[in-house]
Amino acid sequence: MKLDTQLLADVTAFLNIEADILDNKDYLQWLELWLESGLYIVPVDHNATDYANSLNVAYDDHEMRILRIERLTSGYAVSTQLSEKTVRTTSRFRILDDVDGLVRVRCAYSLYENNKNGIRCYPANLQFKLVRDGDSFKIAEKIVKIMNSSQYLTTVSYLF
Amino acid sequence: MKTETKVKSINSIADLVLDDRVHKSLYSDKNIFEEELEKIFNNTWVWLAHESELPDAGSYKTATIGRQPVIVVRDRKKKIHVMLNRCRHRGATVCEGKSGKTKAFTCPYHGWGYGLDGSLRAVPKPEEYENILDKAEFGLIKVRTESYKGMIFATLKKDLEPLDDFLGGAKKWIDLFVKQGGGYPLKALGDQRFRFPGNWKIQLENTTDSYHFPIVHKSFIASVDEQAAEVFDFLDGDGFVEDLGHGHSVMVMIPELVDLEDNLDEPIPARYSDLAKQLANEGHSDLEVRRLVRAVGGGGFNLNIFPNIACSMAFFRNLVPISANETEIHHIALGGEGAPEVFNQKRIRIHEHFQGPMGFGTPDDGEAWERVQAGSMAGSDGWIMLNRGMSKLSTSADGNVRGAVCSETGMRAAYQQYKKLMATPSEH
Repeated sequence: MKLDTQLLADVTAFLNIEADILDNKDYLQWLELWLESGLYIVPVDHNATDYANSLNVAYDDHEMRILRIERLTSGYAVSTQLSEKTVRTTSRFRILDDVDGLVRVRCAYSLYENNKNGIRCYPANLQFKLVRDGDSFKIAEKIVKIMNSSQYLTTVSYLF
Repeated sequence: MKTETKVKSINSIADLVLDDRVHKSLYSDKNIFEEELEKIFNNTWVWLAHESELPDAGSYKTATIGRQPVIVVRDRKKKIHVMLNRCRHRGATVCEGKSGKTKAFTCPYHGWGYGLDGSLRAVPKPEEYENILDKAEFGLIKVRTESYKGMIFATLKKDLEPLDDFLGGAKKWIDLFVKQGGGYPLKALGDQRFRFPGNWKIQLENTTDSYHFPIVHKSFIASVDEQAAEVFDFLDGDGFVEDLGHGHSVMVMIPELVDLEDNLDEPIPARYSDLAKQLANEGHSDLEVRRLVRAVGGGGFNLNIFPNIACSMAFFRNLVPISANETEIHHIALGGEGAPEVFNQKRIRIHEHFQGPMGFGTPDDGEAWERVQAGSMAGSDGWIMLNRGMSKLSTSADGNVRGAVCSETGMRAAYQQYKKLMATPSEH
Protein backbone atom coordinates (compact mmCIF):
# COMPACT_ATOMS: atom_id res chain seq x y z
CA MET A 1 0.00 0.00 0.00
CA LYS A 2 1.47 3.32 -1.10
CA LEU A 3 1.02 6.08 1.46
CA ASP A 4 0.52 9.68 0.43
CA THR A 5 1.70 11.20 3.70
CA GLN A 6 1.51 14.74 2.36
CA LEU A 7 -2.18 14.42 1.46
CA LEU A 8 -2.84 12.71 4.80
CA ALA A 9 -1.13 15.56 6.63
CA ASP A 10 -3.10 18.18 4.67
CA VAL A 11 -6.45 16.44 5.28
CA THR A 12 -5.67 15.89 8.97
CA ALA A 13 -4.72 19.54 9.41
CA PHE A 14 -7.91 20.71 7.67
CA LEU A 15 -10.25 18.44 9.64
CA ASN A 16 -8.59 19.31 12.94
CA ILE A 17 -9.24 22.97 12.14
CA GLU A 18 -12.88 22.13 11.43
CA ALA A 19 -13.15 20.38 14.81
CA ASP A 20 -11.51 23.32 16.57
CA ILE A 21 -13.89 25.79 14.90
CA LEU A 22 -16.91 23.76 16.07
CA ASP A 23 -15.63 23.44 19.66
CA ASN A 24 -15.16 27.19 19.68
CA LYS A 25 -18.63 27.66 18.16
CA ASP A 26 -17.31 29.94 15.44
CA TYR A 27 -20.16 28.90 13.20
CA LEU A 28 -19.77 31.62 10.56
CA GLN A 29 -16.20 30.52 9.97
CA TRP A 30 -17.45 26.93 9.77
CA LEU A 31 -19.86 27.91 6.98
CA GLU A 32 -16.91 29.17 4.94
CA LEU A 33 -15.38 25.69 4.96
CA TRP A 34 -18.28 24.40 2.86
CA LEU A 35 -19.14 24.18 -0.80
CA GLU A 36 -22.62 25.68 -1.11
CA SER A 37 -23.79 22.43 -2.65
CA GLY A 38 -22.41 20.43 0.30
CA LEU A 39 -24.54 18.26 2.59
CA TYR A 40 -24.17 17.82 6.35
CA ILE A 41 -25.82 14.56 7.36
CA VAL A 42 -26.33 12.79 10.69
CA PRO A 43 -28.06 9.53 9.73
CA VAL A 44 -30.29 7.47 12.02
CA ASP A 45 -29.45 4.22 10.26
CA HIS A 46 -25.76 3.52 9.62
CA ASN A 47 -26.59 1.15 6.79
CA ALA A 48 -28.52 3.79 4.86
CA THR A 49 -26.93 4.94 1.63
CA ASP A 50 -29.76 6.94 0.06
CA TYR A 51 -29.80 9.69 2.68
CA ALA A 52 -32.12 11.96 0.68
CA ASN A 53 -34.87 9.35 0.87
CA SER A 54 -34.15 8.27 4.46
CA LEU A 55 -35.10 9.82 7.78
CA ASN A 56 -32.00 11.33 9.35
CA VAL A 57 -31.23 13.10 12.61
CA ALA A 58 -30.03 16.02 10.46
CA TYR A 59 -29.88 16.54 6.70
CA ASP A 60 -28.66 20.08 6.07
CA ASP A 61 -28.09 21.77 2.76
CA HIS A 62 -26.66 25.29 2.64
CA GLU A 63 -29.97 26.94 3.56
CA MET A 64 -30.56 24.60 6.52
CA ARG A 65 -26.98 25.10 7.75
CA ILE A 66 -27.60 28.84 7.86
CA LEU A 67 -30.96 28.38 9.64
CA ARG A 68 -29.40 25.96 12.14
CA ILE A 69 -26.62 28.39 12.94
CA GLU A 70 -29.14 31.19 13.41
CA ARG A 71 -31.05 28.94 15.81
CA LEU A 72 -27.91 28.02 17.76
CA THR A 73 -26.81 31.62 18.11
CA SER A 74 -30.04 33.67 18.30
CA GLY A 75 -30.66 33.10 21.99
CA TYR A 76 -34.30 32.22 21.24
CA ALA A 77 -33.83 28.49 21.76
CA VAL A 78 -34.07 27.58 25.43
CA SER A 79 -31.95 24.47 24.90
CA THR A 80 -29.04 26.59 23.67
CA GLN A 81 -29.17 29.27 26.35
CA LEU A 82 -26.92 27.39 28.74
CA SER A 83 -24.66 26.70 25.82
CA GLU A 84 -22.91 23.38 26.35
CA LYS A 85 -19.16 23.21 26.12
CA THR A 86 -17.84 20.54 23.81
CA VAL A 87 -14.43 18.96 23.33
CA ARG A 88 -13.93 16.76 20.31
CA THR A 89 -10.99 14.72 19.17
CA THR A 90 -10.40 13.27 15.74
CA SER A 91 -8.00 10.46 14.92
CA ARG A 92 -7.43 7.37 12.73
CA PHE A 93 -7.59 9.38 9.51
CA ARG A 94 -7.66 7.29 6.37
CA ILE A 95 -7.77 8.49 2.79
CA LEU A 96 -10.17 6.21 0.93
CA ASP A 97 -9.51 7.63 -2.52
CA ASP A 98 -8.46 10.76 -4.35
CA VAL A 99 -10.13 11.00 -7.75
CA ASP A 100 -10.45 14.11 -9.94
CA GLY A 101 -9.80 16.47 -7.03
CA LEU A 102 -12.34 14.80 -4.75
CA VAL A 103 -10.80 13.26 -1.65
CA ARG A 104 -12.83 10.78 0.37
CA VAL A 105 -11.63 10.38 3.93
CA ARG A 106 -12.90 8.80 7.12
CA CYS A 107 -11.81 9.12 10.72
CA ALA A 108 -12.69 8.28 14.31
CA TYR A 109 -14.32 10.96 16.39
CA SER A 110 -15.22 11.47 20.04
CA LEU A 111 -17.25 14.40 21.23
CA TYR A 112 -17.54 15.16 24.94
CA GLU A 113 -20.30 17.46 26.04
CA ASN A 114 -20.62 19.08 29.45
CA ASN A 115 -24.09 20.12 30.51
CA LYS A 116 -26.09 20.23 33.70
CA ASN A 117 -26.41 16.44 33.69
CA GLY A 118 -22.65 15.97 33.59
CA ILE A 119 -20.30 14.88 30.83
CA ARG A 120 -21.69 12.84 27.93
CA CYS A 121 -19.63 11.20 25.22
CA TYR A 122 -20.62 10.62 21.62
CA PRO A 123 -18.25 8.29 19.73
CA ALA A 124 -18.74 8.45 15.96
CA ASN A 125 -17.27 7.57 12.62
CA LEU A 126 -16.97 10.56 10.31
CA GLN A 127 -16.92 10.40 6.53
CA PHE A 128 -15.97 13.39 4.42
CA LYS A 129 -15.87 14.28 0.79
CA LEU A 130 -13.38 17.11 0.37
CA VAL A 131 -12.70 19.16 -2.73
CA ARG A 132 -9.32 20.81 -3.20
CA ASP A 133 -9.50 24.57 -2.91
CA GLY A 134 -6.11 26.23 -3.47
CA ASP A 135 -3.87 25.10 -0.60
CA SER A 136 -6.83 23.88 1.39
CA PHE A 137 -10.15 22.09 0.94
CA LYS A 138 -13.89 22.71 0.89
CA ILE A 139 -16.34 20.22 2.38
CA ALA A 140 -18.63 18.62 -0.19
CA GLU A 141 -20.15 16.14 2.26
CA LYS A 142 -19.87 15.34 5.96
CA ILE A 143 -21.58 12.26 7.37
CA VAL A 144 -21.59 11.77 11.13
CA LYS A 145 -22.36 8.19 12.13
CA ILE A 146 -22.95 8.47 15.86
CA MET A 147 -22.55 5.03 17.41
CA ASN A 148 -25.97 4.83 19.06
CA SER A 149 -27.96 6.97 16.62
CA SER A 150 -30.19 4.05 15.63
CA GLN A 151 -30.94 3.26 19.28
CA TYR A 152 -31.51 6.53 21.07
CA LEU A 153 -29.81 9.88 21.52
CA THR A 154 -30.37 12.72 23.90
CA THR A 155 -31.24 16.14 22.51
CA VAL A 156 -28.37 18.06 20.96
CA SER A 157 -27.82 21.81 20.83
CA TYR A 158 -24.59 22.14 18.90
CA LEU A 159 -23.06 20.73 15.73
CA PHE A 160 -21.26 17.41 15.50
CA MET B 1 -59.18 26.69 45.49
CA LYS B 2 -57.81 23.67 47.30
CA THR B 3 -54.22 24.85 47.44
CA GLU B 4 -53.83 23.70 51.02
CA THR B 5 -54.43 19.98 50.32
CA LYS B 6 -51.66 18.17 52.11
CA VAL B 7 -50.12 15.18 50.41
CA LYS B 8 -49.68 13.46 53.76
CA SER B 9 -53.46 13.20 54.08
CA ILE B 10 -53.66 11.24 50.85
CA ASN B 11 -54.00 7.47 51.05
CA SER B 12 -53.90 6.31 47.43
CA ILE B 13 -52.21 7.41 44.22
CA ALA B 14 -55.60 8.16 42.67
CA ASP B 15 -56.03 10.85 45.34
CA LEU B 16 -53.02 12.69 43.89
CA VAL B 17 -55.14 13.61 40.87
CA LEU B 18 -57.71 16.33 41.50
CA ASP B 19 -59.99 17.89 38.89
CA ASP B 20 -57.72 20.85 38.33
CA ARG B 21 -54.26 19.71 39.42
CA VAL B 22 -52.02 16.72 40.04
CA HIS B 23 -49.46 16.24 42.76
CA LYS B 24 -45.86 16.74 41.70
CA SER B 25 -44.82 13.40 43.20
CA LEU B 26 -46.46 11.73 40.17
CA TYR B 27 -43.36 12.76 38.22
CA SER B 28 -40.70 11.28 40.47
CA ASP B 29 -41.94 8.71 42.97
CA LYS B 30 -40.44 5.32 42.10
CA ASN B 31 -43.23 3.36 43.80
CA ILE B 32 -45.86 5.28 41.86
CA PHE B 33 -43.99 4.49 38.64
CA GLU B 34 -43.98 0.76 39.42
CA GLU B 35 -47.70 0.89 40.13
CA GLU B 36 -48.31 2.75 36.83
CA LEU B 37 -46.63 -0.07 34.91
CA GLU B 38 -49.00 -2.56 36.48
CA LYS B 39 -52.23 -0.57 36.58
CA ILE B 40 -51.90 1.42 33.37
CA PHE B 41 -49.49 -0.14 30.89
CA ASN B 42 -50.36 -3.76 31.80
CA ASN B 43 -54.02 -2.93 32.00
CA THR B 44 -55.06 -0.99 28.90
CA TRP B 45 -54.54 -0.89 25.13
CA VAL B 46 -50.96 0.09 24.33
CA TRP B 47 -49.88 1.16 20.83
CA LEU B 48 -46.99 -0.85 19.42
CA ALA B 49 -46.58 -0.28 15.68
CA HIS B 50 -48.08 0.83 12.40
CA GLU B 51 -48.86 -1.96 9.94
CA SER B 52 -46.61 -0.36 7.31
CA GLU B 53 -43.65 -1.06 9.62
CA LEU B 54 -44.33 -4.77 8.94
CA PRO B 55 -44.62 -4.78 5.15
CA ASP B 56 -43.94 -8.46 4.40
CA ALA B 57 -44.41 -11.95 5.79
CA GLY B 58 -41.67 -12.29 8.40
CA SER B 59 -41.34 -8.53 9.06
CA TYR B 60 -41.03 -7.84 12.77
CA LYS B 61 -40.60 -4.94 15.17
CA THR B 62 -39.58 -5.17 18.81
CA ALA B 63 -41.44 -3.01 21.29
CA THR B 64 -42.42 -2.88 24.95
CA ILE B 65 -45.66 -2.93 26.88
CA GLY B 66 -44.59 -0.85 29.84
CA ARG B 67 -41.22 -2.47 30.47
CA GLN B 68 -42.05 -5.91 29.04
CA PRO B 69 -40.35 -6.75 25.74
CA VAL B 70 -42.67 -7.95 23.00
CA ILE B 71 -42.38 -8.86 19.32
CA VAL B 72 -44.84 -7.61 16.72
CA VAL B 73 -44.62 -9.83 13.65
CA ARG B 74 -46.43 -10.66 10.43
CA ASP B 75 -46.71 -14.41 9.77
CA ARG B 76 -46.66 -16.22 6.43
CA LYS B 77 -50.37 -15.59 5.95
CA LYS B 78 -49.76 -11.86 6.67
CA LYS B 79 -51.57 -12.09 10.03
CA ILE B 80 -50.13 -9.88 12.76
CA HIS B 81 -49.15 -11.43 16.08
CA VAL B 82 -47.86 -9.88 19.28
CA MET B 83 -45.89 -12.18 21.57
CA LEU B 84 -43.83 -11.82 24.73
CA ASN B 85 -40.16 -11.75 23.73
CA ARG B 86 -39.20 -14.52 26.14
CA CYS B 87 -38.09 -18.05 25.40
CA ARG B 88 -40.32 -20.53 27.21
CA HIS B 89 -37.26 -22.56 28.24
CA ARG B 90 -35.02 -20.30 30.30
CA GLY B 91 -36.30 -16.84 29.53
CA ALA B 92 -33.87 -15.31 27.00
CA THR B 93 -35.20 -12.87 24.43
CA VAL B 94 -35.58 -14.59 21.07
CA CYS B 95 -35.55 -11.41 18.96
CA GLU B 96 -33.22 -8.43 19.15
CA GLY B 97 -32.82 -5.22 17.16
CA LYS B 98 -35.46 -2.62 16.33
CA SER B 99 -36.94 -4.31 13.31
CA GLY B 100 -36.14 -6.65 10.44
CA LYS B 101 -37.28 -9.70 8.59
CA THR B 102 -36.93 -13.32 9.64
CA LYS B 103 -38.19 -16.81 8.90
CA ALA B 104 -38.31 -17.87 12.55
CA PHE B 105 -37.26 -16.87 16.06
CA THR B 106 -34.46 -18.93 17.53
CA CYS B 107 -33.34 -18.62 21.12
CA PRO B 108 -29.59 -17.93 21.16
CA TYR B 109 -29.11 -19.84 24.44
CA HIS B 110 -30.18 -23.43 23.72
CA GLY B 111 -31.60 -23.11 20.23
CA TRP B 112 -35.34 -23.49 20.83
CA GLY B 113 -36.97 -22.45 17.55
CA TYR B 114 -40.33 -20.72 17.17
CA GLY B 115 -42.42 -20.06 14.08
CA LEU B 116 -43.61 -16.61 13.05
CA ASP B 117 -46.89 -17.35 14.83
CA GLY B 118 -44.98 -18.15 18.03
CA SER B 119 -45.49 -21.91 17.94
CA LEU B 120 -42.60 -23.99 19.28
CA ARG B 121 -41.21 -25.86 16.29
CA ALA B 122 -37.83 -27.27 17.25
CA VAL B 123 -36.01 -28.25 20.44
CA PRO B 124 -32.40 -29.45 20.06
CA LYS B 125 -31.67 -32.88 21.53
CA PRO B 126 -35.31 -33.59 22.39
CA GLU B 127 -34.76 -37.04 23.88
CA GLU B 128 -34.32 -35.68 27.41
CA TYR B 129 -37.79 -34.15 27.12
CA GLU B 130 -39.47 -37.42 26.25
CA ASN B 131 -42.98 -37.48 27.76
CA ILE B 132 -42.40 -34.29 29.74
CA LEU B 133 -42.59 -31.52 27.12
CA ASP B 134 -45.66 -30.91 25.00
CA LYS B 135 -44.48 -28.45 22.34
CA ALA B 136 -48.05 -27.28 21.80
CA GLU B 137 -48.00 -25.81 25.31
CA PHE B 138 -44.68 -24.04 25.00
CA GLY B 139 -45.13 -21.54 22.20
CA LEU B 140 -44.20 -17.90 22.77
CA ILE B 141 -46.88 -16.34 24.93
CA LYS B 142 -49.42 -14.53 22.73
CA VAL B 143 -50.64 -11.06 23.61
CA ARG B 144 -54.11 -9.93 22.55
CA THR B 145 -53.82 -7.54 19.62
CA GLU B 146 -56.27 -5.47 17.57
CA SER B 147 -55.75 -2.77 14.94
CA TYR B 148 -57.56 0.30 13.76
CA LYS B 149 -56.66 1.96 10.44
CA GLY B 150 -53.24 0.31 10.51
CA MET B 151 -52.46 1.28 14.11
CA ILE B 152 -51.55 -1.90 16.02
CA PHE B 153 -52.41 -2.02 19.72
CA ALA B 154 -52.02 -4.82 22.23
CA THR B 155 -53.15 -5.47 25.76
CA LEU B 156 -52.13 -7.87 28.50
CA LYS B 157 -55.65 -7.67 29.94
CA LYS B 158 -57.71 -10.46 28.40
CA ASP B 159 -61.16 -9.10 29.34
CA LEU B 160 -60.55 -5.50 28.28
CA GLU B 161 -63.13 -3.83 26.05
CA PRO B 162 -62.54 -4.13 22.27
CA LEU B 163 -60.06 -1.62 20.80
CA ASP B 164 -62.89 -0.05 18.83
CA ASP B 165 -64.73 0.86 22.04
CA PHE B 166 -61.54 2.01 23.76
CA LEU B 167 -60.72 4.40 20.91
CA GLY B 168 -64.33 5.64 20.78
CA GLY B 169 -64.34 9.34 19.91
CA ALA B 170 -60.70 9.19 18.82
CA LYS B 171 -61.60 7.12 15.72
CA LYS B 172 -63.09 10.08 13.88
CA TRP B 173 -59.75 11.87 14.26
CA ILE B 174 -57.66 8.83 13.28
CA ASP B 175 -59.78 8.67 10.09
CA LEU B 176 -58.78 12.28 9.39
CA PHE B 177 -55.14 11.74 10.37
CA VAL B 178 -54.59 8.91 7.88
CA LYS B 179 -55.25 11.35 5.03
CA GLN B 180 -51.61 12.47 5.49
CA GLY B 181 -50.61 10.18 2.64
CA GLY B 182 -52.07 12.66 0.12
CA GLY B 183 -54.28 10.03 -1.49
CA TYR B 184 -51.89 7.14 -0.80
CA PRO B 185 -51.99 4.69 2.15
CA LEU B 186 -50.12 5.94 5.21
CA LYS B 187 -46.57 4.62 5.47
CA ALA B 188 -44.00 4.86 8.27
CA LEU B 189 -40.75 6.30 6.85
CA GLY B 190 -38.45 5.66 9.83
CA ASP B 191 -38.14 6.87 13.39
CA GLN B 192 -35.91 9.08 15.51
CA ARG B 193 -35.50 7.96 19.10
CA PHE B 194 -34.33 10.01 22.04
CA ARG B 195 -34.46 9.96 25.80
CA PHE B 196 -34.97 12.76 28.26
CA PRO B 197 -34.46 12.76 32.02
CA GLY B 198 -38.11 13.19 32.96
CA ASN B 199 -41.34 11.35 33.62
CA TRP B 200 -43.47 9.97 30.76
CA LYS B 201 -46.51 12.02 31.75
CA ILE B 202 -44.63 15.27 31.10
CA GLN B 203 -44.47 14.26 27.42
CA LEU B 204 -48.06 13.01 27.49
CA GLU B 205 -49.16 16.46 28.67
CA ASN B 206 -47.02 18.25 26.11
CA THR B 207 -48.82 16.79 23.10
CA THR B 208 -51.96 18.58 24.22
CA ASP B 209 -50.22 21.79 25.31
CA SER B 210 -50.35 24.52 22.67
CA TYR B 211 -49.77 27.21 25.31
CA HIS B 212 -45.99 26.54 25.19
CA PHE B 213 -45.66 26.74 21.41
CA PRO B 214 -44.85 30.44 20.81
CA ILE B 215 -42.56 30.51 23.87
CA VAL B 216 -40.58 27.28 23.59
CA HIS B 217 -40.56 27.18 19.78
CA LYS B 218 -39.60 30.77 19.07
CA SER B 219 -36.41 29.65 17.32
CA PHE B 220 -38.37 27.25 15.09
CA ILE B 221 -40.89 29.94 14.16
CA ALA B 222 -37.98 32.24 13.31
CA SER B 223 -36.69 29.59 10.87
CA VAL B 224 -39.81 29.37 8.67
CA ASP B 225 -41.22 31.86 6.17
CA GLU B 226 -43.78 34.50 7.16
CA GLN B 227 -46.71 32.58 5.70
CA ALA B 228 -45.80 29.45 7.69
CA ALA B 229 -45.16 31.51 10.85
CA GLU B 230 -48.71 32.85 10.51
CA VAL B 231 -50.06 29.30 10.31
CA PHE B 232 -48.29 28.49 13.59
CA ASP B 233 -49.68 31.63 15.26
CA PHE B 234 -52.77 29.78 16.47
CA LEU B 235 -53.28 30.69 20.12
CA ASP B 236 -55.79 33.42 19.30
CA GLY B 237 -57.46 31.48 16.48
CA ASP B 238 -60.54 29.27 16.38
CA GLY B 239 -58.77 26.14 17.57
CA PHE B 240 -59.98 24.08 20.50
CA VAL B 241 -59.30 21.05 22.67
CA GLU B 242 -61.87 18.29 23.09
CA ASP B 243 -62.01 15.56 25.71
CA LEU B 244 -62.74 12.40 23.65
CA GLY B 245 -63.20 10.05 26.61
CA HIS B 246 -60.94 7.17 27.84
CA GLY B 247 -58.16 9.72 28.42
CA HIS B 248 -57.95 10.66 24.73
CA SER B 249 -58.17 14.23 23.50
CA VAL B 250 -57.74 16.23 20.36
CA MET B 251 -56.15 19.65 20.16
CA VAL B 252 -57.09 21.43 16.94
CA MET B 253 -54.55 24.17 16.34
CA ILE B 254 -55.22 24.95 12.68
CA PRO B 255 -58.94 24.32 11.97
CA GLU B 256 -58.53 24.89 8.22
CA LEU B 257 -56.12 21.91 8.09
CA VAL B 258 -58.32 19.40 9.91
CA ASP B 259 -59.48 17.65 6.73
CA LEU B 260 -56.66 17.41 4.19
CA GLU B 261 -59.13 16.60 1.41
CA ASP B 262 -61.08 19.84 1.86
CA ASN B 263 -60.37 23.14 0.14
CA LEU B 264 -58.16 21.65 -2.56
CA ASP B 265 -58.77 24.75 -4.69
CA GLU B 266 -56.98 27.08 -2.26
CA PRO B 267 -53.80 28.84 -3.47
CA ILE B 268 -50.62 26.80 -3.06
CA PRO B 269 -48.42 28.28 -0.28
CA ALA B 270 -45.16 29.82 -1.56
CA ARG B 271 -43.08 27.34 0.49
CA TYR B 272 -44.54 24.45 -1.52
CA SER B 273 -44.47 26.04 -4.99
CA ASP B 274 -41.27 24.14 -5.98
CA LEU B 275 -42.85 20.86 -4.89
CA ALA B 276 -46.01 21.65 -6.88
CA LYS B 277 -43.91 22.37 -9.97
CA GLN B 278 -41.93 19.13 -9.59
CA LEU B 279 -45.11 17.10 -9.20
CA ALA B 280 -46.69 18.78 -12.23
CA ASN B 281 -43.54 18.12 -14.25
CA GLU B 282 -43.78 14.44 -13.32
CA GLY B 283 -47.20 14.40 -14.98
CA HIS B 284 -49.51 14.44 -11.95
CA SER B 285 -52.88 16.04 -12.58
CA ASP B 286 -53.71 19.40 -11.05
CA LEU B 287 -56.01 17.70 -8.53
CA GLU B 288 -53.32 15.19 -7.52
CA VAL B 289 -50.77 17.98 -7.14
CA ARG B 290 -53.14 19.95 -4.93
CA ARG B 291 -53.99 16.92 -2.80
CA LEU B 292 -50.31 16.09 -2.28
CA VAL B 293 -49.29 19.67 -1.56
CA ARG B 294 -52.11 20.11 0.92
CA ALA B 295 -51.07 16.92 2.76
CA VAL B 296 -47.32 17.46 2.71
CA GLY B 297 -47.07 19.58 5.87
CA GLY B 298 -49.49 17.43 7.89
CA GLY B 299 -52.83 18.07 9.50
CA GLY B 300 -53.89 20.82 11.88
CA PHE B 301 -54.34 18.77 15.05
CA ASN B 302 -52.71 16.60 17.70
CA LEU B 303 -54.67 13.53 18.71
CA ASN B 304 -53.44 12.30 22.08
CA ILE B 305 -54.36 8.65 22.67
CA PHE B 306 -53.88 7.50 26.26
CA PRO B 307 -51.41 6.29 27.36
CA ASN B 308 -48.58 6.08 24.82
CA ILE B 309 -49.35 7.27 21.29
CA ALA B 310 -50.15 10.55 19.60
CA CYS B 311 -51.07 11.34 16.03
CA SER B 312 -49.29 14.64 16.11
CA MET B 313 -49.91 16.87 13.08
CA ALA B 314 -47.71 14.88 10.65
CA PHE B 315 -46.11 12.05 12.64
CA PHE B 316 -46.63 9.43 15.34
CA ARG B 317 -45.22 10.21 18.77
CA ASN B 318 -44.79 7.03 20.78
CA LEU B 319 -43.66 7.30 24.40
CA VAL B 320 -41.90 4.51 26.26
CA PRO B 321 -41.56 4.77 30.03
CA ILE B 322 -38.07 3.77 31.19
CA SER B 323 -38.12 4.80 34.87
CA ALA B 324 -39.83 7.43 37.02
CA ASN B 325 -37.38 10.01 35.74
CA GLU B 326 -36.49 8.77 32.27
CA THR B 327 -38.60 8.45 29.11
CA GLU B 328 -37.82 7.39 25.57
CA ILE B 329 -39.66 9.06 22.70
CA HIS B 330 -40.01 7.69 19.19
CA HIS B 331 -40.88 10.20 16.49
CA ILE B 332 -42.09 8.18 13.51
CA ALA B 333 -42.07 10.04 10.20
CA LEU B 334 -44.98 9.32 7.85
CA GLY B 335 -45.58 9.52 4.12
CA GLY B 336 -47.58 7.77 1.43
CA GLU B 337 -47.07 4.18 0.27
CA GLY B 338 -46.32 4.48 -3.43
CA ALA B 339 -46.58 8.28 -3.30
CA PRO B 340 -44.23 10.37 -5.50
CA GLU B 341 -40.67 10.32 -4.16
CA VAL B 342 -40.50 14.13 -3.98
CA PHE B 343 -43.60 14.16 -1.74
CA ASN B 344 -42.19 11.63 0.75
CA GLN B 345 -38.81 13.33 0.60
CA LYS B 346 -40.36 16.69 1.44
CA ARG B 347 -42.28 15.16 4.33
CA ILE B 348 -39.05 13.66 5.68
CA ARG B 349 -37.25 17.04 5.44
CA ILE B 350 -40.14 18.83 7.18
CA HIS B 351 -40.04 16.18 9.92
CA GLU B 352 -36.27 16.54 10.41
CA HIS B 353 -36.64 20.33 10.58
CA PHE B 354 -38.71 20.20 13.80
CA GLN B 355 -38.48 16.71 15.29
CA GLY B 356 -35.80 14.53 16.76
CA PRO B 357 -32.60 15.03 18.76
CA MET B 358 -31.29 17.75 16.40
CA GLY B 359 -34.62 19.18 15.26
CA PHE B 360 -35.42 22.85 15.67
CA GLY B 361 -38.26 22.01 18.08
CA THR B 362 -37.60 18.81 20.04
CA PRO B 363 -34.44 19.92 21.90
CA ASP B 364 -36.29 22.94 23.27
CA ASP B 365 -39.25 20.79 24.33
CA GLY B 366 -36.74 18.43 25.94
CA GLU B 367 -35.15 21.28 27.88
CA ALA B 368 -38.56 22.44 29.15
CA TRP B 369 -39.52 18.88 30.21
CA GLU B 370 -36.17 18.40 31.95
CA ARG B 371 -36.77 21.66 33.86
CA VAL B 372 -40.22 20.41 34.93
CA GLN B 373 -38.67 17.20 36.27
CA ALA B 374 -35.90 19.07 38.11
CA GLY B 375 -38.10 21.90 39.42
CA SER B 376 -40.82 19.57 40.60
CA MET B 377 -38.34 18.15 43.13
CA ALA B 378 -38.40 21.48 45.00
CA GLY B 379 -40.41 21.46 48.22
CA SER B 380 -41.88 18.51 50.09
CA ASP B 381 -45.37 19.21 48.79
CA GLY B 382 -46.75 20.94 45.72
CA TRP B 383 -49.11 20.70 42.80
CA ILE B 384 -48.89 20.86 39.03
CA MET B 385 -51.69 23.13 37.82
CA LEU B 386 -54.04 21.95 35.08
CA ASN B 387 -56.87 24.45 35.49
CA ARG B 388 -56.24 26.63 32.46
CA GLY B 389 -59.48 27.27 30.56
CA MET B 390 -61.73 25.57 33.12
CA SER B 391 -64.08 28.52 33.44
CA LYS B 392 -64.79 28.72 29.71
CA LEU B 393 -65.74 25.18 28.78
CA SER B 394 -68.47 24.35 26.29
CA THR B 395 -69.98 21.24 24.70
CA SER B 396 -68.92 20.25 21.20
CA ALA B 397 -71.23 19.06 18.42
CA ASP B 398 -70.11 15.51 19.33
CA GLY B 399 -71.20 16.13 22.94
CA ASN B 400 -67.65 16.35 24.28
CA VAL B 401 -66.22 18.83 26.80
CA ARG B 402 -64.48 21.50 24.77
CA GLY B 403 -62.04 24.21 25.86
CA ALA B 404 -59.92 26.83 24.13
CA VAL B 405 -56.93 25.70 22.03
CA CYS B 406 -54.55 26.75 24.80
CA SER B 407 -56.64 25.26 27.63
CA GLU B 408 -55.45 22.27 29.63
CA THR B 409 -58.60 20.29 28.76
CA GLY B 410 -56.62 17.42 27.16
CA MET B 411 -54.35 17.04 30.18
CA ARG B 412 -57.33 16.90 32.49
CA ALA B 413 -58.86 14.21 30.25
CA ALA B 414 -55.69 12.10 30.41
CA TYR B 415 -55.34 12.46 34.16
CA GLN B 416 -58.96 11.48 34.81
CA GLN B 417 -58.34 8.22 32.92
CA TYR B 418 -55.08 7.85 34.86
CA LYS B 419 -56.98 8.33 38.11
CA LYS B 420 -59.59 5.75 37.11
CA LEU B 421 -56.99 3.12 36.25
CA MET B 422 -54.83 3.84 39.30
CA ALA B 423 -57.89 3.48 41.55
CA THR B 424 -58.48 -0.07 40.29
CA PRO B 425 -57.64 -2.52 43.07
CA SER B 426 -54.43 -4.44 42.48
CA GLU B 427 -54.97 -7.98 41.14
CA HIS B 428 -52.08 -9.35 43.17
